[in-house]
Amino acid sequence: MHLLIFAILFPFLAAALIPLIHRRLGPLNIGWLVLAVPFILFGIFAWQIPGISSGDTIAAALNWIPSLGINFSIYLDGLSLILALLITGMGTLVILYSIYYLSPTDSLPHFYAYLLLFMGAMLGVVLSDNLLVLYVFWELTSISSFLLIAFWFHRKNSRYGAQKSLLITVFGGFGMLAGFLMLHTMTGTFSVREIVSTIGQYSDHALFYPAMFLVLLGAFTKSAQFPFHIWLPDAMEAPTPVSAYLHSATMVKAGIYLVARFTPIFGGTSAWFWTVTLVGLVTLFWGSFCAVRQTDLKALLAYSTVSQLGLIMSLFGMGSAALHFGDGEAGAVYGLATFAALFHLVNHSTFKGALFMVVGIVDHQVGTRDIRRLGGLMAFLPITFTFAVIGSFSMAGLPLFNGFLSKEMFFTASVNAASLPAFSAETWGWLIPVIAWTASVLTFVYCMIIVFKTFFGKHEPKKLDKKPVEPPFGMLVSPAILSILIVGVFFVPNLLGDHLLRPALNGVLPGITGAAPHISAWHGFNTELWMTIGIIVVGFLLYKYLRIWKKVYAIIPEGWTFNALYNKFLEALEENSNWLTSKYMTGYLPHYFAYIFGFFILAAGGTLLLTGALSIDFTTDTPIPSYEVILAVVMAIAAIAILFVKSRLTSVLLNGVLGYSIAIFFVLFRAPDLALTQLVIETVTTALFLLCFYFLPEWKPEKASKNLKIRNAIIAVAGGLTVTLIALSVRAGNLYDSISSYYEDAYELAGGKNIVNAILGDFRGFDTMLETLVLFIAGLGVYTLIRIKGGKETRKNED
Amino acid sequence: MKINDVILKTVSQAGVLIILTFGVYLFLSGHNQPGGGFIGGLVLATAFVLMFLTFDSETVNKAIPFDFKKISALGVLLAFSSSALPMFFGQPFMSQSFGYFDLPIFGKTELATVTIFESGVALTVIGVVVNIITSISEDE
Repeated sequence: MHLLIFAILFPFLAAALIPLIHRRLGPLNIGWLVLAVPFILFGIFAWQIPGISSGDTIAAALNWIPSLGINFSIYLDGLSLILALLITGMGTLVILYSIYYLSPTDSLPHFYAYLLLFMGAMLGVVLSDNLLVLYVFWELTSISSFLLIAFWFHRKNSRYGAQKSLLITVFGGFGMLAGFLMLHTMTGTFSVREIVSTIGQYSDHALFYPAMFLVLLGAFTKSAQFPFHIWLPDAMEAPTPVSAYLHSATMVKAGIYLVARFTPIFGGTSAWFWTVTLVGLVTLFWGSFCAVRQTDLKALLAYSTVSQLGLIMSLFGMGSAALHFGDGEAGAVYGLATFAALFHLVNHSTFKGALFMVVGIVDHQVGTRDIRRLGGLMAFLPITFTFAVIGSFSMAGLPLFNGFLSKEMFFTASVNAASLPAFSAETWGWLIPVIAWTASVLTFVYCMIIVFKTFFGKHEPKKLDKKPVEPPFGMLVSPAILSILIVGVFFVPNLLGDHLLRPALNGVLPGITGAAPHISAWHGFNTELWMTIGIIVVGFLLYKYLRIWKKVYAIIPEGWTFNALYNKFLEALEENSNWLTSKYMTGYLPHYFAYIFGFFILAAGGTLLLTGALSIDFTTDTPIPSYEVILAVVMAIAAIAILFVKSRLTSVLLNGVLGYSIAIFFVLFRAPDLALTQLVIETVTTALFLLCFYFLPEWKPEKASKNLKIRNAIIAVAGGLTVTLIALSVRAGNLYDSISSYYEDAYELAGGKNIVNAILGDFRGFDTMLETLVLFIAGLGVYTLIRIKGGKETRKNED
Repeated sequence: MKINDVILKTVSQAGVLIILTFGVYLFLSGHNQPGGGFIGGLVLATAFVLMFLTFDSETVNKAIPFDFKKISALGVLLAFSSSALPMFFGQPFMSQSFGYFDLPIFGKTELATVTIFESGVALTVIGVVVNIITSISEDE
């Protein structure tokens, strides 16, 4: 097995081991053991840097379902490597931080198991080459994120946020799956690499654009792009380490990764360019606009994440133009945007991770994140203050921090895009730098809010729950490392650029050479620098007079948000489905049977008649021996007798007669396996019935009106007739060759003389395996329904 | 009133043994003769059900101290993991293989990997059936 396949499976294995290890561990925090997982993985991925940066790629595969083109194939290129390093690197820091952050009363094994599940799923997303495998991991990140957001599930807000994020991201995920299937229909493969190499000939295909938009739907929902961004602020109900990890550094980047990964497939078209760029810009602006008005520090960071994700997204959109121009000077100019996107992707993870940790420290040490209650903390938390300054100033794009470099490149890219001589950018292209600049001013404003409202101003101890002191050393290590990275990247950016960003760029824009620039902090007094200076001046003024212009926010009516739309939609859905459900779920079993059989008669019987499949031919039948006739008559008598018996016990026994007679039929028709199963099942169900016999309500004669009885009789007779007709007609329709000849070789192929068993275990084992799962779930369902009672009364709702 | 169930208890003690043996036989012979994981598991489950019917659940739980929920979970895990295992040897998911070996007592015997998968199925069936029956029959 390849090392990288092991790397994906490692977190899952570790997660499975947690419940076993946890109990033996005693007082030691399980986090210390879990910490080793991302650390080792980070080492494995860091080991690949030299090879990847020299242009190699690594591919490996395990056969999964090769006949359907689904294989566990992985592909490591520069783009995957950057994401993998972020996932494992940030994972290490976040787990270290969480060891100090979580209280011992929290359920640590659950927390770390979910976190490891997430880590494995995320690695799977960025390393998979097979679209369906990617999809499986993609949804797994949604599910593990759901579990983590709802980690404090006794809070109503946590449950709400978790549900919201799951609904929105899984909705997008389904769309994406449809897009993947369309890609498969077009190209006949699920492998991303193969699609990239053949997609050129399909750009006129009718499914090309639908597939593009569906894939983008998945990416936009996952990366919280406008208008799907509404789940991200509510996801902040998760513990702060989770917010730092999933909702700023990794999972939300999955959508961006997807856009980057699919740029070689769909990029170079005007639809892709404008959709990705505009959605990104709108998200950038709207996120920064909303962030300014927030009073909760974590909500502010959530909106700032939305906005920064929009920034990266728009850069990938602009960069995709390079594929339109091809290799050459123009391609290199627009390819710079992609380079900036990758650069900012890394930078954003460092500064936003640090900021979330800082906010977590403030929350942990003071007891609140509300900026109306905070203030003057600089004197008490000087170290935390330093990290906050580094993180915020980097996000604001100020010099001495890595955010400055990528932000300048962002301006360069937006100015370039405005003068794009293609995609009709000459008419509306000027909007791009204008929106970019305005949003950056707002970004500057909220960055100042984070630093100044929290750490400067008057300290009012009465408003705080705790006396502020610096947190334990361990909690400061992770933000310290990130802060060092933020400053370090500013001074030696080309180390990152040459070894990680350049190979990643090749993954996004294959064939475009020369797009990766030499990053330099000082690039003369050009447009970009003046834009930055303008941001500082205007932003400072806006911050100073915040009180005055904040009234702007009151203009938008309260009910006009996407949140309200989402809530209204859910409410309406719930009400209407309740109404509909109460119409037919009467709690009366005969009704349900009438619905089920009525529908069956209409669907199956109707199809039978409409398609002209009804054809009955008795001429080729073999003669029916007398004992079969007797058996059939016995069964018929038993079945009819059930209708008229007065006691329940008798009807149970008659039912048993039917079951055993069927078993005898199986024996006669040489199907001993079926006969055996039928016999045992009949025995078990009869035993079951006798067990609960005592508890069943009294057997009353049915008090139904004559009309109802007639209606039921009609349904019953029609149902029986439909089944009989279908069974008789089936023999006439030989549309396909029988596959039974394949199974005749059971002994040679599977080594089994029992063909039925060979089919169940060897040839069609998939069915058996999933049936086993269904049986297991049904068993659990019965257990929970019967054993766990009154769950609603005991569940604590704290708010 | 104390129910006189001496005959039932004596008969089922012998009966359980026979049913268990029959169940194991069905399970093992499945590949070449009627039987297999599902039926074998079902027959084994009926043996346990008979025990639960004859004796009270405390006595049975003392005799077979298994959590049947866990047994069914173990079965599913076994079925899935044995199916995934071939992937790590370059084979597709769920590939099975078989071979003939000379064993000391049995002589030339066929051993098939599908038996592992089938035992997962059997364990699930036993666990689920017994679990359903005990949870329904348990008095408050």
